[in-house]
Amino acid sequence: MNSGKKVQANSTETLKKVLAVIGRYRLLLFFSVVLAAVAAVMQLYVPILFGDAIDLVAGKDAVDFAGIGRILIWILALILAASGMTFIMNLINNRLTYRTVQDIRAKAIRRIQVLPLSYLDAHSTGDIVQRVIADTDQLADGLLLGFSQLFSGVVTILFTLGFMLSKSVEITLLVLVLTPVSFLVARFIATRSYTMFKKQTDTRGKQTALINEIIGNEKVVKAFGCEERVSGRFSKINEELRKYSQSAVFFSSLTNPSTRAVNNVIYAVVALSGAHRILSGALSVGGLTVLLSYANQYMKPFNDISSVITELQNALACAARVFELIEAVPEPRETDHVLTAGEGCVDIRDVSFSYDKSKQLIEHFSFTANAGTKTAIVGPTGCGKTTLINLLMRFYDVDRGEICVDSQNIAGITRHSLRRKYGMVLQETWLREGTVRENVAFGKPDATDEEIIQACKDAHSWSFIRRMPEGLDTVIRDDSLSQGQKQLLCITRIMLCHPPMLILDEATSSIDTRTELKIQDAFDTLMKGRTSFIVAHRLSTIHNADNILVMQNGRVIEQGNHDSLMAQNGFYTSLYNAQFAGLEAG
Amino acid sequence: MKKLLTFLTKYRRESILAPAFKLSEALMDLLVPLVVAAIINQGIANGDTGVILRCFLILILLAVLGMGFSFTAQWFAARASVGMATDLRQALFEHIQRLTYSELDSLGTDTLITRMTSDLNQVQNGVNLALRLVLRSPFIVFGAMIMAFTIDLQCALIFAVAIPVLAVIVFGIMLACIPLYAKAQAGLDRLLGLTRENLTGVRVIRAFCGEQKEIDEFDRRNAALTKMNEFVGRLSALMNPLTYLLINVATIFLIRQGALRVHLGALQQGNVVALYNYMAQIIVELIKLASLVITLNKSLACANRIEKIFDVQPSLQYAEKTANGSMDAPAVAVDGVCFTYTGGGAEALQDISFTAGRGETIGVIGGTGCGKTTLVNLIPRFYDVNAGTVQVDGVDVRKYPEGALIQKIGIVPQKAVLFEGTIRENMQWGNPQATDDEIWKAIDFAQAREVVEGKQGGLDAVIEQGGRNLSGGQRQRLCIARALVKTPEILILDDSASALDFATDLRLRQAIRSLDGQMTVFIVSQRTASVRTADRILVLDNGHLAGVGTHDALLRECPVYQEIYYSQYPDERPETGKEAAK
Repeated sequence: MNSGKKVQANSTETLKKVLAVIGRYRLLLFFSVVLAAVAAVMQLYVPILFGDAIDLVAGKDAVDFAGIGRILIWILALILAASGMTFIMNLINNRLTYRTVQDIRAKAIRRIQVLPLSYLDAHSTGDIVQRVIADTDQLADGLLLGFSQLFSGVVTILFTLGFMLSKSVEITLLVLVLTPVSFLVARFIATRSYTMFKKQTDTRGKQTALINEIIGNEKVVKAFGCEERVSGRFSKINEELRKYSQSAVFFSSLTNPSTRAVNNVIYAVVALSGAHRILSGALSVGGLTVLLSYANQYMKPFNDISSVITELQNALACAARVFELIEAVPEPRETDHVLTAGEGCVDIRDVSFSYDKSKQLIEHFSFTANAGTKTAIVGPTGCGKTTLINLLMRFYDVDRGEICVDSQNIAGITRHSLRRKYGMVLQETWLREGTVRENVAFGKPDATDEEIIQACKDAHSWSFIRRMPEGLDTVIRDDSLSQGQKQLLCITRIMLCHPPMLILDEATSSIDTRTELKIQDAFDTLMKGRTSFIVAHRLSTIHNADNILVMQNGRVIEQGNHDSLMAQNGFYTSLYNAQFAGLEAG
Repeated sequence: MKKLLTFLTKYRRESILAPAFKLSEALMDLLVPLVVAAIINQGIANGDTGVILRCFLILILLAVLGMGFSFTAQWFAARASVGMATDLRQALFEHIQRLTYSELDSLGTDTLITRMTSDLNQVQNGVNLALRLVLRSPFIVFGAMIMAFTIDLQCALIFAVAIPVLAVIVFGIMLACIPLYAKAQAGLDRLLGLTRENLTGVRVIRAFCGEQKEIDEFDRRNAALTKMNEFVGRLSALMNPLTYLLINVATIFLIRQGALRVHLGALQQGNVVALYNYMAQIIVELIKLASLVITLNKSLACANRIEKIFDVQPSLQYAEKTANGSMDAPAVAVDGVCFTYTGGGAEALQDISFTAGRGETIGVIGGTGCGKTTLVNLIPRFYDVNAGTVQVDGVDVRKYPEGALIQKIGIVPQKAVLFEGTIRENMQWGNPQATDDEIWKAIDFAQAREVVEGKQGGLDAVIEQGGRNLSGGQRQRLCIARALVKTPEILILDDSASALDFATDLRLRQAIRSLDGQMTVFIVSQRTASVRTADRILVLDNGHLAGVGTHDALLRECPVYQEIYYSQYPDERPETGKEAAK
């Protein structure tokens, strides 16, 4: 009960937010609702006029042509007005929904750019995409159109009742009493078919899992010659699904015929009692026509409203998800101070940080990287290597302590001015769907072709770019490049920007060792004279670092260059030997 | 589509009965206005309550009959559509089982899974709806017109004009909208892709300070999508008001004409009411039909996609008669082999020749994408060579009948995949008759005894889907055991030790070496440590065979092998080389 109230409160809250978003279209929404209601009333009044006209067609030589003519002109005017209004309302609704969706999405993408990475890392990509795309659509369709449908539905029911009452009170009451029967029938069928549906869903889920497992690993199935055996397995579950599906499909398709039958019975009852009332002079034939056509349509708004309400609930849930995203707390505003140009000396002073504040990660970490030096960070998975990179780039802010670049605390300068100083290459090679040129010039969109080609040559990527079908203008698709080529493009991207500092985070671990050796050349060119941080798990790549930080559980446990660390015969030595153990083993 | 329809022939009876009963129901609907007309013309006009009561009972009877007919129709439709979908799914599954590696490569497993699941369900829905409704709506529309003709010819002519005009409007707007909707969908997909890129590349975008650029690009696409949506929206916004207007204008004419006919005594008041009711039925059904067409259109697209999979034929032909290999011939002989993937531009393998004697261990080494896996995939004939020959036991692999070659070869694939079921069931994949003793023997060889014993129930322990209750290394060892249970003549380890720690890898290699001299073993790896004890090592570089020989020989003579080796053991590099590297 309590939670129900809370949900209610949240829904109201969400609704208010939606209204705030459509603020500039408030007038449109108002017109939409008014037009819907007016058009509904007009459309309801038309059958009454037709009924009146029919009354004037009493029999041979008893037709009032003048009266009919007047009524028909009225009808013509009404239907013209009603259809005109419906058209305008449709246009308004279109504009309302599409513009709202556009606005919300624009807000969402802006928010995504300023959200802290802690938020983005904690939410799956699929989930956020779902919010920006599907949930937003649902919000607009369900909420805005739902409003207008709900309102016109209520208006329709009220006016239908009013018009029916004006024709015959008794028959109206009769219809009112009988209507719930069709709801009961629908409910009865729904509960009966629910169990069947559940079984169908479960079995279908199992079957999908099997399909994923078998078809997803079809090559293994073929390698073991098990095709017939898996077909047998599939057949078993497929037959089970047939059984449940047949019942589920059948039972669920009974709802419409059943409610239709109830409606038909109501129709018959109206016809019977109406005829009797005509005989007693309390109703005209035209009046009966009106009642019959209302009795036919009466159920429709009820069904509409119940589906609109489900839709509305769904839309509200989506809206809540959308707002959760566009109202997520952005990164704190920053001062306007810009990092002044320097040589690129990085000073980490007594820094503590952890993602999950209940668990310690980096504790009292201090280190100075002098300008132009090469610092390698090594250690087992989860020791905090990548975290350090996140802090250097200010993807995350430190909990305590400070990081200074050229003696300026990075917490006090704009993120952009800091990040422009770094070139970063990550293990995951992110390239966008676009041309080679767009990708290479990502950090410097106004680069000339000469600059781009020079960067490509420096990064050793020109030889393969040149051979691509359209050179720099070749569109890169997901699998058109090898892992090594992708990484070379990422390096080229940096090469073009000439940043004074470099970060390489496991940049070569998805590449085989021989290719790595070739790329290493490009890296060496890149690192020349730049302050560089290299995270690596293959120790062979960091031999010539000026400084190697060996990390474990967020702490630096050893520090020095390769030779001095090997001489210590400590953790680094054991890491190093573990990697080359195969040698002695042979 | 034609091919898929043959799946319905098994349910011919249901497919005919379902619409037939549906039409019977529609007929009941069509009779209602006539009964109401009788109430007015005979009951009310003559003050005959007996007629009115009889007509009422007829209406009730029509309602009950209609429901009965409809239930029956739904039953047959459910049987036919679900039955057809079940058979189709099974057939598609079995068809996919027949496809070879080349087809699997070009179709992609994701596609196949979508065809098997959502596309097939969509087809089932489509068939179900089609059986129930496709005939009903036109039947009511034309039925109403025919009924109108039976009442009065002149009034019915209005129907004859109104129906085609309405149909043109409804279907015209609908057909015009379909391609536009597809365009809008494409725009939405692009926007979705852009959002995804922004999230997956968030670190890169921020590192390059590209946030504003991304926003601009998004805004551009966003506005374009809205424009497209509003354009389609304007068109479809016409549908409701236009049809409403038309049907009512037709009704105005109908009343006008009806009044005239009544005045002349050619028609009674009740008949006018009946005609009016028929007109009302038409519009409801036309709208239903139009939305049905959209759903069916979608199902049809799915059906076509499924049919395309059926059209793909396995590219390998198998020999009929049994080929017996000779045990004196080398286990594997590859001669002048060239191979190109279908759709892949460059040759994946060029002019490869080597032989592997019985009981030999062959290492295959090279960088990513150099053709190692491709080469070993040719031995069990997962692909056919473009030139040259691959022989197993002295017989060309193309001469073996289906299934015979695979019996001789045990494969441990790169990706360690186990299937849902007990460990025993998994072990019996290649050899359903394997006894527990045989299985344990294989498990020992694969260094997996501790894995199995560590699980509750031993061989009866259940492996979850995808083997997710095991670590990567455990899965890999069980996959090796699974291949060994077959006691194959040839064992292929395709980079199978990558998830094993060095000590286990070593013990495994020692165990393999201790196998009796009959099994020929291929070890594919990037690590020189894994292949250095092989009798012969094949060094692949970009699809070429860059060298063949023992570790020591290759280290002396093969530059590619040297590069690989020293990239992994920089300390081993001869002093001159080390200096040069620095």
